[in-house]
Amino acid sequence: MDALKQELKENIIEQLNLEDMSPADIADDDMLFGDGLGLDSIDALELIVMLDKNYGIKLTDPKEGRSIFESINTMATYISEHRTK
Amino acid sequence: MTKESLGISSYIQIKDHHIKLNGKPLFSHEGAFSEFIKMGYKQCGVAYPKFFKMDDLSKLALVAADILLKHEGVQPENEENIALIFSNKASSLNTDRSHQESIQNKDNYYPSPAVFVYTLPNICLGEISIKYKLYSENSFFIFDNFNAEHLYHYSQSLMQSKQAEKVLCGWVDVDNDTYEAFLYLVSKNGSYEHTINEINKLYKK
Repeated sequence: MDALKQELKENIIEQLNLEDMSPADIADDDMLFGDGLGLDSIDALELIVMLDKNYGIKLTDPKEGRSIFESINTMATYISEHRTK
Repeated sequence: MTKESLGISSYIQIKDHHIKLNGKPLFSHEGAFSEFIKMGYKQCGVAYPKFFKMDDLSKLALVAADILLKHEGVQPENEENIALIFSNKASSLNTDRSHQESIQNKDNYYPSPAVFVYTLPNICLGEISIKYKLYSENSFFIFDNFNAEHLYHYSQSLMQSKQAEKVLCGWVDVDNDTYEAFLYLVSKNGSYEHTINEINKLYKK
C-alpha cells in the first residue's frame, strides 16, 4: 500500500503539473481539494482519466469521485479494492 | 459621435528569448520556450496559481499582459473596463496537436481534460480576465500576419462608443518552437500616437 501511495503522489504531481512540489510535500491524509492541495474541477477530471489509464478503473458516476479523491489514503484504498490492472 | 484622440500608453514584446517593455530589455534567457517563459514568469513577479497548468499560448499571453498592465498600474481590485482584442496566426495549434496525439490510438485513447480545455485560442483571454477581474469585451482573431489596421479600427470603435475605457490589443502566437507576443494598451492618454503607422512601427521594432 505504501508503494501505491508513493506512486499516486508522483503521478499526481506530474500529471497535474504541481510545480515545485515533491511527494514528501503531500501527506497521506492531506485534503486533495479545497484547502489542501487546492485542486480544481479540471484536476478532478484528470484524476478520473488517471484511474482508467493506470489502474483500469472506470468511474461511471462522477459523484463517486468526491469520496474517492478526498486524500491519498482514500484513493489508495479504492484503487487497491477495484483495480483491474 | 465625437472623435477624441487616443494614444498607446505602453507596449511589450516577447520573442527570440527576450522580453522588452517599451523597447527596453526586461528579461532574457536562452533556451527552450518552456524554460524561458517559466523563468520570465518568476523573474517578472507574475503570480497566478494556474500558471503551470496552462498551455504555452496562455502562458505567453498572461506573462505579456501582466507585465504591461502592472507597469500601467492596473490593479485587479479596481475592476477596470479594459477590453482585450488579440490575434494570431496559429490559433491554438500547438495544443490541438497535443490533444490529437492523445486520441490518435484507439487502443490507448486517454484524452487529457487539462489539455482539451486549451484547444481554443481565446482561452488565454479568459485567463487574463480572471487574473485582472475584467468583465469586458474580448475577441480573438486569426490572421495570416499581424494586422494593425484591424486592431486599430476595432479598438477605436470600442473606445469611441464608450464600450471600453482602455483596450489591450495585439498579437500572441505560438507554433512549434516559435513564439511571439506584441501587446499594447490603447488609452486616452498615451505616450505614442494611436495610428496604424505607429502600431506597425512599434511592432517591427
